[in-house]
Amino acid sequence: MANKYFNMQLDVDAFLPASAEEKAYMVQMRPSTTFFRDGVKRFVKNKIALISLIIIALIVVSCIVIPFFWPYSYDEMLGVKLGRPVDSSYNNLAPFEYGETEQERIAAGEKIFPHLFGTDSQGRDYFIRIVYGARISLAVGFFASIIVLIIGMTVGAISGYCGGKVDLVIMRIVDIIYSLPDMLLIILLASALKQTKLDQIIQGTVLEKIGANIISLFVVFGVLYWVSMSRLIRGQILSLREQEYVLAAQAAGARGKWIIMKHLMPNCISVVIISTALQIPNAIFTESYLSFLGLGVNAPMPSLGSLASDALNGISSYPYRLIIPAVVISLIVLSLNLLGDGLRDAFDPKLNG
Amino acid sequence: MSEMTRKPLVEVKDLKKYFDINVGMFKTLPLKAVDGVSFDIYRGETVGLVGESGCGKTTVGRTLLHLYTPTSGQIIYDGKEIKTSADIHEFRKKATMVFQDPYSSLNPRMTVSDIIAEPLDIHKMYSSPEERRQKVLELMEHVGLNSEHASRYAHEFSGGQRQRIGIARSLAVNPEFIVCDEPVSALDVSIQAQVINMFGELQDKLGLTYLFIAHDLLVVRHISSRIAVMYLGKMVELTSAAEIYERPLHPYSKALMSAVPMPDPKIARESHRIPLSGDIPSPLHAPSGCPFRTRCAYACERCAMEVPEFREIEKDHFVACHRVEEIN
Repeated sequence: MANKYFNMQLDVDAFLPASAEEKAYMVQMRPSTTFFRDGVKRFVKNKIALISLIIIALIVVSCIVIPFFWPYSYDEMLGVKLGRPVDSSYNNLAPFEYGETEQERIAAGEKIFPHLFGTDSQGRDYFIRIVYGARISLAVGFFASIIVLIIGMTVGAISGYCGGKVDLVIMRIVDIIYSLPDMLLIILLASALKQTKLDQIIQGTVLEKIGANIISLFVVFGVLYWVSMSRLIRGQILSLREQEYVLAAQAAGARGKWIIMKHLMPNCISVVIISTALQIPNAIFTESYLSFLGLGVNAPMPSLGSLASDALNGISSYPYRLIIPAVVISLIVLSLNLLGDGLRDAFDPKLNG
Repeated sequence: MSEMTRKPLVEVKDLKKYFDINVGMFKTLPLKAVDGVSFDIYRGETVGLVGESGCGKTTVGRTLLHLYTPTSGQIIYDGKEIKTSADIHEFRKKATMVFQDPYSSLNPRMTVSDIIAEPLDIHKMYSSPEERRQKVLELMEHVGLNSEHASRYAHEFSGGQRQRIGIARSLAVNPEFIVCDEPVSALDVSIQAQVINMFGELQDKLGLTYLFIAHDLLVVRHISSRIAVMYLGKMVELTSAAEIYERPLHPYSKALMSAVPMPDPKIARESHRIPLSGDIPSPLHAPSGCPFRTRCAYACERCAMEVPEFREIEKDHFVACHRVEEIN
């Protein structure tokens, strides 16, 4: 029985129609996944991007949290105490050194919080100044990118959707702005805005602390840097609006705003996220070197650029004061760039079919 | 055909749609995609529209729904001309469209229920989210989709299912008239049959009127009550489905019908194909007079001089040919 060579007798059971259960077994669908979940899955697999994200998260969290419990403040000159002569022993402390009065208190058995990075030439705790500097840099990067995003997206979407003459005019304006040397223009604008009465206008508001320079920086970003974003969005919209589902929406009676908001924007959101992520380090960089040139934040508010600039005076004696902010800038910019690349790999459908 | 079909639902009069094509720096030429097409569609019937690629079938469908602004001509729906944007907006609740490509016609970022409910959202045709959900489920049932799939995305479905989603969307506003723009040509044959039959069932159930655009002649024959043949932006023949297959009068229709593949080899062997020489001319440089004269075996001098009139040769049989009486 075991050796039935070339038996032509077929098993009839194998040819019975499938029952409803068997059919249901065959048409199993995999669990519904959204585009977003797919992207997250790919993103988590990318080690470099994940590490960058963790570093960014750590820096952001520490920038927000540390100032709350740090015993020193960014503008507190430790050697200056009310009613006493200035204690110059607090100036230019090396890391983990203490001022004279502090040493006395330690000798008396008190615990004193160490100056992790020492102090600067005016006796201010350097670590908290770095933290504040990173805070300013990140805030500038973030808000500047938001401004760029909003302007660029609006202009790009209108230009791409309307097409024709509107598109032509907008794109020629973009071309003109593109052809301007942006660094020169930023410096010119920043110094021109310095001449205006912006300082007085913002006096007494929250904006005063960050200063007129940073506001003019935002203005510069708003005026100049939206162009590449708007070009990108326009290109996306141009190709998306030829899709049949846009025509289908029109056939259903949808108008411009509905089509842009419901169909075009959601489909280019991945490009938007990626280019925003890549825009942030760009803005941080610009802020840093404007501050380095003295066009950035107002003293005593530090930014990473102005800290580096101040450190130049004592570069031979205190090189770490230049190195620390430089390393922090590099770390932020590098991680953000790698994060942006990771996001693009994970969310740009053109790269992964 | 019942007696109520004698009232035209859609009347198209001398419809023209030209696209401006840039040739060279500052020169544009009109591309005459649709060049003077007139026909009526009666309530409850299915008019098939056939012709080779690029002859303007799709443009007729889209211009008819005002997705393209007509260059000239009239579109009269239910006795009222559609002209202003308010007319068009109202018209969109009565006339909808099913698209050719079930892949690109569904937004990949929307769930099935959002896609189907989009026309309802646009026209605000429900009063509560619950009512919207009910309507979506009802529509999904109409087209044979499983209601569990409402929250899924379109890319999770097969071509046939996607086309069903597209059909459900076109049914959402309870339309009277649907333009089906090659709705089955992107599907494989077994699915085509299912979808075609579904169109028939929906027509019986909901009393729909179709303009069915296709290039598959057998499919059109199966579903249509009347068939219009287009060539190079013009309508060359319009008559009942049976008539056009049995007795086509226009030389182009003759050639077209002889090219229909016969499932029965016996009949296929006996029938002989009328070959057409040359290619369809570019609509940018359409021939003078009759558009078909460059490929027509019966072309004479008059064909180059005068554009043939689209006239009723026999009852309900329209042909655009100068020599139709001689050659038949």
